[in-house]
Amino acid sequence: MSDLVVRAEGLRKRFGKTQALDGVDLAMRRGTVLGVLGPNGAGKTTAVRVLATLLRPDEGYAEVAGIDVLKQPARVRRRIGLTGQYASVDEDLTGTQNLVLIGRLLDLTTRDAKKRAAELLEWFDLSEAAGRMAKTYSGGMRRRLDLAASLVGHPEVIFLDEPTTGLDPAKREDMWGVVRTQVTQGASVLLTTQYLEEADALADEIVVINQGRVIAHDSPDGLKRRVGGLTLRVRPADPTRVPDAMRVLDAVAAPGTNASADTAAGARPGAVSVPVADDMALDRAVPALRQAGIELVDLGLHLPSLDEVFHALTEGTPTAAKENELV
Amino acid sequence: MTTLDVPTRGFSGDIDRPRGGALAALMRHSMALARRSLIKTLRTPEALIDVTIQPVIFLLLFTFLFGGAIAGGDRGAYLQFLLPGLLAQSLALGGIALGQNLNADIEKGVFDRFRSLPVARSAPLVGAVAADVVRYLTVCVFMLGFGTLLGFRVETGFVPTVAAVALSIGFGLCFCWISVWVGMLVRTPGAVQGVMFLLIFPLSFGSNVFVQTNTLPGWLQAFVHVNPITPLVSTIRGLLLGGPVAHNLTITLAWMAGLLIVFVPLALRAYARRA
Repeated sequence: MSDLVVRAEGLRKRFGKTQALDGVDLAMRRGTVLGVLGPNGAGKTTAVRVLATLLRPDEGYAEVAGIDVLKQPARVRRRIGLTGQYASVDEDLTGTQNLVLIGRLLDLTTRDAKKRAAELLEWFDLSEAAGRMAKTYSGGMRRRLDLAASLVGHPEVIFLDEPTTGLDPAKREDMWGVVRTQVTQGASVLLTTQYLEEADALADEIVVINQGRVIAHDSPDGLKRRVGGLTLRVRPADPTRVPDAMRVLDAVAAPGTNASADTAAGARPGAVSVPVADDMALDRAVPALRQAGIELVDLGLHLPSLDEVFHALTEGTPTAAKENELV
Repeated sequence: MTTLDVPTRGFSGDIDRPRGGALAALMRHSMALARRSLIKTLRTPEALIDVTIQPVIFLLLFTFLFGGAIAGGDRGAYLQFLLPGLLAQSLALGGIALGQNLNADIEKGVFDRFRSLPVARSAPLVGAVAADVVRYLTVCVFMLGFGTLLGFRVETGFVPTVAAVALSIGFGLCFCWISVWVGMLVRTPGAVQGVMFLLIFPLSFGSNVFVQTNTLPGWLQAFVHVNPITPLVSTIRGLLLGGPVAHNLTITLAWMAGLLIVFVPLALRAYARRA
């Protein structure tokens, strides 16, 4: 059996005037997490819907768990779990009834379906709410129930379409824990997200999609290297000390980089930025700056934002940039 | 969160082969989904107004407000004539809610989950239609029960009454596929109702529900004779009040088959295209 559990080539899908997928290739290795990163409208959801057999592409080939998605969708459906962007639990059913229904549709006996439902509800901390209608659940509880519903059949491949959108940070980390556990139990997870941080925390590999096209496929570290990784940014109280601050910060710069004065368009001048290898740099930078007698009004460590990822990835490909402007 | 036991696959044997073949699987899945619809119906009894209070209001309205004028003062005789007809109209109207509910379900994304499961594409629709049996039975019970209070009397017997109820439910199950189809096509639940009213009111008023056909002008009589509601009403009248039913029953069953042959594929195709 192939090592790739998801494989897609040249997927195209057009909705009216929008080219939602414009030749997307994807590859996910068995037992890993693939993060599909992109802004709203990039085509992430469309790609997931094609792979989960909900949507036929206009062109292209896709295979999940070694099975052709277009030719044998029913066989694919026995091996996948899907949690959509909007929690699709049935609000008038209780937590248990929601999961038992899925179990019955997966041909479990009523007894096995009930057992599996109880097991999942307990695992997702929903046992106490098991007998309540889902409409009484909080947003986080609904998300958990929705995720539980996609796990009823022990799927080989799990598709999570923006599973943490709208969750508070603590709930988000709970969800990450769930995803990691699934992978340790042998599942492969394809997850879409708008958060670089989330992809970084979970994914073994990241695919960046923009306007229906894959613009990068790399490991999180590889991607960060291309984007610039962590940045330490300081603002001296006295703007004339900027050159001194640059000299001090060169000492904590990541290998092969230098501190620079912020000159980006729109940025307020007078700040100094330096790419750093990790947050230890902060511990070294602060005493060094104090020793040099440089007073600061602002100091911070920044991850590259999604904007910066796109900026970095689309930089130097003027054709892509020009096409982007036309759309 | 606690850790979960190492998963054992919930399926035994070949996971690509549903137990008992495709048709058995369709039945099983449809029943599981029908159960879902029934739970929802029981949780929201107010959703049954259109098959309980609404038909009763029509019955009161036509018996006491218009009945005297239409039937020349004999309200009792008019009630006997009207009730089987209103039953047919209520069955047709009773199917509207189904299309509305399915339309809402699709908008909410509930069906995406079902479509990502290894169940037949038609199972969610078949299940929802099957659960509507309860609504059509409710219509029959309310109409006959309340009608009896007002003075309606079955002039045949128990078996023909059961046959009338069975035919009514059967017709409701066939007619509602139009509503299902419309529910797949339009954008909002409100639009389902609008379209279905446009269809049902000409059918129920342009029939033998409220008046004797021979009082109508010729062109309207022609419409009444090709209207599927007319043979249905004649059959129910025959079964409840006596008289020959064979001819009208045959035509009604043919219409029911025709409704299924046309609207089930249309609804399934529209469902597959939606979302």
